[in-house]
Amino acid sequence: MSTFKQHSVLPGFNLALGFTLLYLSLVVLIPLSAAFIYSAKLTWPEFWNAVTAPRVVASYRLTFGASFAAAAVNAFFGLLVAWVLVRYPFPGKRLVDALIDLPFALPTSVAGITLTAIYAGNGWLGQYLEPLGIKVAFTPLGVFVALTFIGLPFVVRTVQPVLEDIEKELEEAAAMLGATRWQTFRYIIFPAVLPALTTGFALAFARAIGEYGSVIFIAGNIPMVSEITPLLIITKLEQYDYAGATAIAVVMLVISFILLLIINLLQWWVRHRSTKA
Amino acid sequence: MTTIPLPQISPAPHKVVTQESPWARWTLILLALSFLSLFLLLPLVAVFFEALRKGWEVYLAAITEPDALAAIRLTLTAAAIAVPLNLIFGIAAAWAIAKFEFRGKSILTSLIDLPFSVSPVVAGLIYVLIFGLQGWAGPWLREHDISIIFAVPGIVLATIFVTVPFIARELIPLMQAQGSEEEEAAIILGASGWQTLWHITLPNIKWGLLYGTILCNARAMGEFGAVSVVSGHIRGLTNTLSLHVEILYNEYNFVAAFAVASLLALLALVTLVLKTLAEAKVAQQTTRGNHS
Repeated sequence: MSTFKQHSVLPGFNLALGFTLLYLSLVVLIPLSAAFIYSAKLTWPEFWNAVTAPRVVASYRLTFGASFAAAAVNAFFGLLVAWVLVRYPFPGKRLVDALIDLPFALPTSVAGITLTAIYAGNGWLGQYLEPLGIKVAFTPLGVFVALTFIGLPFVVRTVQPVLEDIEKELEEAAAMLGATRWQTFRYIIFPAVLPALTTGFALAFARAIGEYGSVIFIAGNIPMVSEITPLLIITKLEQYDYAGATAIAVVMLVISFILLLIINLLQWWVRHRSTKA
Repeated sequence: MTTIPLPQISPAPHKVVTQESPWARWTLILLALSFLSLFLLLPLVAVFFEALRKGWEVYLAAITEPDALAAIRLTLTAAAIAVPLNLIFGIAAAWAIAKFEFRGKSILTSLIDLPFSVSPVVAGLIYVLIFGLQGWAGPWLREHDISIIFAVPGIVLATIFVTVPFIARELIPLMQAQGSEEEEAAIILGASGWQTLWHITLPNIKWGLLYGTILCNARAMGEFGAVSVVSGHIRGLTNTLSLHVEILYNEYNFVAAFAVASLLALLALVTLVLKTLAEAKVAQQTTRGNHS
């Protein structure tokens, strides 16, 4: 015990840790392991066929492609929004700052039907976009719009505190040495926020891959075209194809775990940067 | 006598070297605000506009019909069970992780975040695999006439799963930043562990606790994907508000769907206001803590 835990005068370690582990095991770990154990019912070729069927592969392509594009757009605009919120005074700034977290607070089904109402052919924006030949709702573009919405806060909220901490002296020194504003941004500020920006991108990407509620309304869910992977799991469940659903779920779980690992490494990089500076 | 006119010394143009030119500044502000208006403000306005499209009477009828009321009740019930459980878990986990040094601590911290990286659909699926008819416990449950999947217990379980990390991940960094000197002093002066928790720790973390609870509650009441898998969509029985929105929408009853959705949007707005207030208090408390 003494090598496992350092001595402390505070009581309650065994109770607190014991309860934490018990609760996590019952609610999270044992249920999650069910997916892996259940998928072992399949032989390897069966598993491989289930997760590489053309319709499934098409759904991976859409899910990952749209998630990547949405996270990239959020990285660009997230950095811009964080910059504007940290650096410039403008009326209504606190309200805007509070509103950033709306996608976290708004239930995904509400986001889904609302975005559909906006981008459908007769919708608020759809009626102007459709004559231009841009169809958003019920196409892969709609998936991208929904994923951009739900991933919006991640980059802003990871970059904001880092921008706040950048020392003005560095920028002043750069200016004195003759750097233009753009050079200062490119060589001083951007490298400093890059770890946080990458973390925010990864968080938005990870969230987008698993997203279901906001997407299914706007996607149209056409097999091979606008069907996301989580929806495919539900479709298989509704056909009582539990094994097939579980096989796809295991693929998604493994990808989520890898992303979680990468995000942890990125966060370590952010901390390492800020302690070094 | 001629006065020699002194050269007019005008103040040197005040140029802040770490500021962009005004037009660059306003271009960036406008660009950021247009993006946010398009992606945040427009949807928010659209929910309420679509909900009230046919007037107040239709709106009120949609949110007071029996199925909607049943959905409200179930949503409140699920949150009333899930949030307190995750609150106790959050305090226990934060106490173990923030106050003690032990091996495997960083792994435990990552495990707590795990539900955030699992797709909600997968979260629902794993409970079907355990408690569903074809699942591990399925035959036993049927023998004893207990239903979990396509019933309220399944909805509660799925809600707990997706909201596990919220309170713990708020409390852990907060308690780590505050240190344990005050608690150690209390214990040395003879207070019991529970007294210390109740009189020292909880008052210190109350705003962080509130912050985590608000976010946890918002997600618990709004969860869709995980709940959708285990619910079975039985009107009036296993329909939460979020699911009710979907059913109404798929029946092309758009005004009613948006009316129910506007209730959830209001909840989101209240969440944002409370969250902003709690956030300010947490920031206040941690800066004060750092000064002392």
